[in-house]
This record gives sequence, C-alpha cells and structure tokens, in this order.
Amino acid sequence: MRWIWIDKFVEFNSGKNAVAVKNVTMAEEHLHDNFPGFPIMPECLMIEAMAQTAGILVGQARDFKEKVILAKIKKAVFFNYVRPGDTIKLHADIESIAPEAAGTTGKITRDDEIIAEIDLMFSHIDQNLAGKQFPQENFVFTDLFGVVLRSSGIPAPAFGSNR
Amino acid sequence: MAMTKDEILKEIQDVLVDALGVDDQEVTPEAKLMADLGAESIDFLDIVFRMEKAFGVKIPREELFPAEALLSSTDFVSGGKLTQKGLDELKKRMPHTDISKFEADPNVNKIGDLFTVDVLVNFVDAKLNS
Repeated sequence: MRWIWIDKFVEFNSGKNAVAVKNVTMAEEHLHDNFPGFPIMPECLMIEAMAQTAGILVGQARDFKEKVILAKIKKAVFFNYVRPGDTIKLHADIESIAPEAAGTTGKITRDDEIIAEIDLMFSHIDQNLAGKQFPQENFVFTDLFGVVLRSSGIPAPAFGSNR
Repeated sequence: MAMTKDEILKEIQDVLVDALGVDDQEVTPEAKLMADLGAESIDFLDIVFRMEKAFGVKIPREELFPAEALLSSTDFVSGGKLTQKGLDELKKRMPHTDISKFEADPNVNKIGDLFTVDVLVNFVDAKLNS
C-alpha cells in the first residue's frame, strides 16, 4: 500500500497549478510518537505531501504517461508546526516542464499563515539520457491517487493496482 | 538584450550557488561542475531550468550537455573511450567548448570534466549575442 498524504484537491489547473487539502488528525498513529506529549506533523511528511500534490500535477500534464519521480528537494523551509486538528493546504505550481523533468514551487498554508515553502524537481525517468530501462507498468501512479483525483471531481484514467 | 561576459558570469554564479548550494567564491570560471562543485545528473536539469529563467531563453538540455546522449551509442564509445567519430560528434555538438585536453585521453569517465563554469558562460554568450 501507499501512504497518501493529501485528502483531496480543491483546485486543479492542468499543467499550471493545483491546491490540495490535508486534514491532520490524532488518528494518525505516527503523531503519537512524534513527539510523545507534543504531536506535530513531521516535516518530512509535509515534503511528501507536497511531492504528491506537485507530482500528480506534473503527471497529469503528460496524461500520466510518464513515471514522475521526486529527484531533488530544491528548497524546504518551515515556519511553524502543524498539529492534530489543523487543515493545511498544499499549493503547487509548475515552474518548468521539459521532456525529461519538471520543476515545481510550492507553499503550505494554514488559513492565511504560510507554514512552509517547498520547491521540488521531478524526473520523467523513462526519458533519462543514460538510456536506463524501467518496468513498463507505471508504478508511480497507482489507483489510490486515482481515487483522490476522482473524489475531488477531477477525471483520472484507470491506474494500476493499489499495491 | 546584449550582456557582457562578466554580467553572464555573475548570473551563472547566482544560478550555481542556488542550484548546488555552493559558495560564490567556489564558482570560478575554471570550476568543474561535477568534480569541483558536486553537481549530479538531476542538478544539470535544475541548472538548465534556472538558466532559462535567468536569461529568458529556451535551452534544450542536450544542446548544453550533449555528452550523456553520445555515451549511449556504440558508434561513439569503444573500450571506455570516445572513438574518433565520437570526438568529432562532440566537437560538433559543443562548439563552445575547448576539448583539446580531453582529446588526448578521451576516457568517458573524464567527460564530466568538460563542463566548467566557463562553458556555461560561453554557451549563454553564443545564445544571447550571436
């Protein structure tokens, strides 16, 4: 299974930008340990949530034909904690997109407050110039991502299995 | 807009400081992107995107960094070295680069050394001012 760190998209402009929402809840077990008595969403998972938001945006721009892999965290700056009960919004913008890769800029907000700024790079790994071969099946976009898109009212093709 | 080579170098220095997390003093014209500044393959794409933004020009990656594409062809590589045909192709694709030193020992492992800060400056200079 995959951990999905976004609950739904509230904005999706193909090839341009997307906004996803994540509700943080005490039912997420990892918050019990991070940290005992002081539950906060780990920063690394905020980066993952942004990677999922921006990665789906980049994938959709090429009809999910490319395998979009997080290749570089260009910037990740955090300004405040995210706690259980918070609703955060992940705003992702495509800055550049080329046959081999894409660059995105992003910010995470809670109401009007900026929680984080996260800029990423994704590789379209089948287009690598070294000519390396990867499995034909698109193992990046599994159907759980399709579920998130479709339940947000955004058309998505039938992806592979949930595993 | 015409830019002098010094102005281009200044912009390239900013691009590399941001893309590679290096100090601006390290970004000398002779510095090699991989050996001296620690660039990896994905960084080359990052650099291309940032340069496109900084200079307002479209830069196809294989035009600026054509070496990787050459290495996948058996016509151009033999026994870990570039063949004469490979060297001729490299010269054709990298007119902005002096490859005379590399020609003496065209070991594919040293091809990354061709990419210096100066090469980026010359490439942009040719794009903007030709």
